[in-house]
Amino acid sequence: MSCSRRDLLKNTFKATLASTLPLSAFKMLSPAQVKASVGDANVRWVFLVDTQKCVGCGLCVKACKNENEVPYDPPITRTWVERYVLMKNGQSHIESPFGGRDGYTDTSIHENEIPADQIAKGFFVSKLCNQCKKPACVQVCPVGATYQTLDGVVLVDRKWCIGCGYCIMACPYGMRFFHPVHKVAEKCTFCYHRIIKGMKTACVQNCPFEARLIGNLKDPNDPVTKIIMNQRVSVLKDEYGTKPQVYYIGLDTNVR
Amino acid sequence: MKNHVLRPLFVVIIGVALLLVVRHFMVPADFGVQEGGNFTYNFHRLSNVEDWKNFKVKYRGREYCQECHEENAASILDSPHEVIQCENCHGPAIDHPDNPETLAIDTSRAQCLRCHTYLPYPTSQRSELPGIDPQDHNPGENCVDCHNPHNPDLENM
Ligand code: HEC
Ligand code: HEC
Ligand code: HEC
Ligand code: HEC
Repeated sequence: MSCSRRDLLKNTFKATLASTLPLSAFKMLSPAQVKASVGDANVRWVFLVDTQKCVGCGLCVKACKNENEVPYDPPITRTWVERYVLMKNGQSHIESPFGGRDGYTDTSIHENEIPADQIAKGFFVSKLCNQCKKPACVQVCPVGATYQTLDGVVLVDRKWCIGCGYCIMACPYGMRFFHPVHKVAEKCTFCYHRIIKGMKTACVQNCPFEARLIGNLKDPNDPVTKIIMNQRVSVLKDEYGTKPQVYYIGLDTNVR
Repeated sequence: MKNHVLRPLFVVIIGVALLLVVRHFMVPADFGVQEGGNFTYNFHRLSNVEDWKNFKVKYRGREYCQECHEENAASILDSPHEVIQCENCHGPAIDHPDNPETLAIDTSRAQCLRCHTYLPYPTSQRSELPGIDPQDHNPGENCVDCHNPHNPDLENM
């Protein structure tokens, strides 16, 4: 068989095309892009915590535990409120007894009396699952028991979970824990059973001071979206790259 | 044909086939079929989303209470306690008045001290609430003996 120079060049060109085209075609269809174009494009649940408004009454924690059947007395909870008292001398007192379930009814912290005139800042920060865009806890699940719904909420399949605890280790925020009754990993669901019915989450509904808000980031007219888009908000532990979706107003550097 | 290569091969093939059969029966039909999902984050049993959607709602909100306890609702809505949901003090309604037939009436001091213990925090709304020192303000007595929880306005005492 003879082969002219022209044929050789032609065939080389064709072969190069043939071998690169499918590659680039594959690239154009990366899963994330497919998801963005096909998935439910109308809803993305996000949360907003206004630490300026929180008074540390703990009613959100109480409501969450009752609503979601989290055993009331063991020291486990899907959401909690932390108290920060920063002194003028740079010392800090941070605590969250029982997740702040019973509120903060004492000026002393860890049995230390705190002199009022030495306090530089004192405030409360509530924490809950960040419903990350790239949840580390979902990536590590070996059995597909935890997953992200298309509207952005991370859930745990209680029938499927084997209780290995990888997700509990993986969460940078320490949001997950072991449910002592169901014997599976447990986490905040943004009260999925409520929000899909148009209700607020239990913690949002029961917060008297609007320190907690839930909204849909894909609705430009949602008041929460407007705040997130137009005001100065921040997230916790951005450096972990999980793209947390609980936004905070008035975070302090002492809050991790 | 007796062949020392083929025989173990058959064993492997049978093993794989067995595995596939078992897998077919073990893995539910709705597993990993989320449309528009991706393998990393959306690989799950689809019907579990329904399980979560069907979870029981327990906190019904003030509008629900208003249907029957009009007086209490009207009173609190016209008072400094307007912002507080009934169920924060009386517990979740669940299926009240069917089940439970009545809700708890908690007259403890702890109920009120969550918000009214004075905490001297300059950067928090907490210090803006009307606050008392629980050790000094009528210790041992229930707050509701003197204050009306549904209308705590000091003018009406
Ligand atoms: C469908 C009507 C209805 C609704 C709605 C309702 N209740 Fe009731 N509630 C009743 C009835 C009936 C009783 C029993 C009255 C009795 O035993 O004297 C009761 C009793 C109570 C009691 C105890 C009163 C007492 O004197 O012991 C409380 C507290 C209470 N309800 C709070 C609430 C709250 C809070 C809500 C809203 C979450 C609510 N109720 C919604 C009908 C209702
Ligand atoms: C700040 C806490 C608090 C809130 C909020 C609250 N209650 Fe009460 N409620 C109480 C307490 C405490 C009593 C018992 C009063 C007493 O024994 O004098 C009570 C008593 C009652 C009673 C029985 C006695 C009565 O006065 O009729 C009913 C019914 C009731 N509440 C309904 C409601 C409803 C409905 C709401 C919401 C609109 C509500 N409460 C909000 C604390 C609260
Ligand atoms: C969720 C927090 C919260 C709880 C719990 C709570 N309160 Fe209040 N209370 C408030 C707020 C907010 C105000 C209104 C403050 C204002 O008007 O600036 C208020 C006002 C008052 C006032 C009026 C003070 C004044 O200067 O007019 C009294 C008295 C009072 N509460 C008593 C009680 C009693 C008694 C209870 C328990 C049954 C209770 N509160 C539970 C938040 C709370
Ligand atoms: C013996 C009756 C009595 C009891 C019990 C009582 N109070 Fe009072 N409280 C009063 C009176 C009277 C005032 C108004 C005069 C004053 O400021 O001392 C008052 C004022 C207040 C104020 C307003 C303070 C301010 O500076 O605006 C708050 C808040 C309050 N009480 C909360 C409570 C709480 C919470 C409890 C329960 C832990 C409670 N009270 C128990 C009688 C009582």
